[in-house]
Amino acid sequence: MDISPVFFYIFGGLAIAFSLLVIIKKSLIASAFSLVVVFFSFGAIYALLDAHLVAALQVLVYAGAIMVLFIFVIMLLNADVQSVKSTRANSFFVVFAVLGSLLTLGLFVWSFRHVTTSLPPGQFTTEAVANAGGNTQVVSELLFSEYILPFELTSVLLLTAIVGAVVLVKRHRRSAKNAAS
Amino acid sequence: MQQVDPWLVLSFCAVIFFIGLTGVLVRRNILIILMSIELMLNAVNLTFVTFAKQHALLNGQLAALFIITVAAAESAVGLGLVVAMYRTLRSVETDKLQFLRD
Repeated sequence: MDISPVFFYIFGGLAIAFSLLVIIKKSLIASAFSLVVVFFSFGAIYALLDAHLVAALQVLVYAGAIMVLFIFVIMLLNADVQSVKSTRANSFFVVFAVLGSLLTLGLFVWSFRHVTTSLPPGQFTTEAVANAGGNTQVVSELLFSEYILPFELTSVLLLTAIVGAVVLVKRHRRSAKNAAS
Repeated sequence: MQQVDPWLVLSFCAVIFFIGLTGVLVRRNILIILMSIELMLNAVNLTFVTFAKQHALLNGQLAALFIITVAAAESAVGLGLVVAMYRTLRSVETDKLQFLRD
């Protein structure tokens, strides 16, 4: 693929290093800010892969909205203090989890390296997309024609998520009333 | 322009995915587990976009857009559950979830 190797290795290395920090760091805030760096690196790699709309949404939604939500909850619960004395899984289990992940990762890398797909190339090459008005326009046209049903279902999903989150976080008024009476 | 082989990008996605999976398995803090799930979702997103680029298709990018939306909804509900769990248990450690055992 015609993407710049220098930028790919820089942002890929950043993403791997900081995602390791996410799962290693004791402090929740440190993990959250490492995750922000990972999200920005992913945004850069999306831009390298000519997925400009996905790159912009990655920065806006992930590095903006979702991370604000995470940091908001960490601050709200004041959970950073108690994470210092957080219990760990026993080391036997940790060794097995890491080994299993590494072995499966090796399987994935091997199959990515050696298995070739016979899928014929599609029509949306970089030049074709650029001539048709750019990545955002072509993706939007597909989104509002061929993918209109999933798009509308997504709005239902978001509404459900909003209602669910409000119901979960809301304090139950009945128990307060019982306590008062 | 120099080339990067697609399998390198896909392997990079797999590395991030399994870092996230290890985080879910190893850590006991529910917020770290949620962050690791976000890592895994991101890795899958990048896999979709890489396949889209490799095969000159746009379906992968559309799938990535939908996954971003679902991830936003998931983290909203997940963090709501974390707040509810903290109210009940005064803790965010998954080891404390022992209602069925007690």
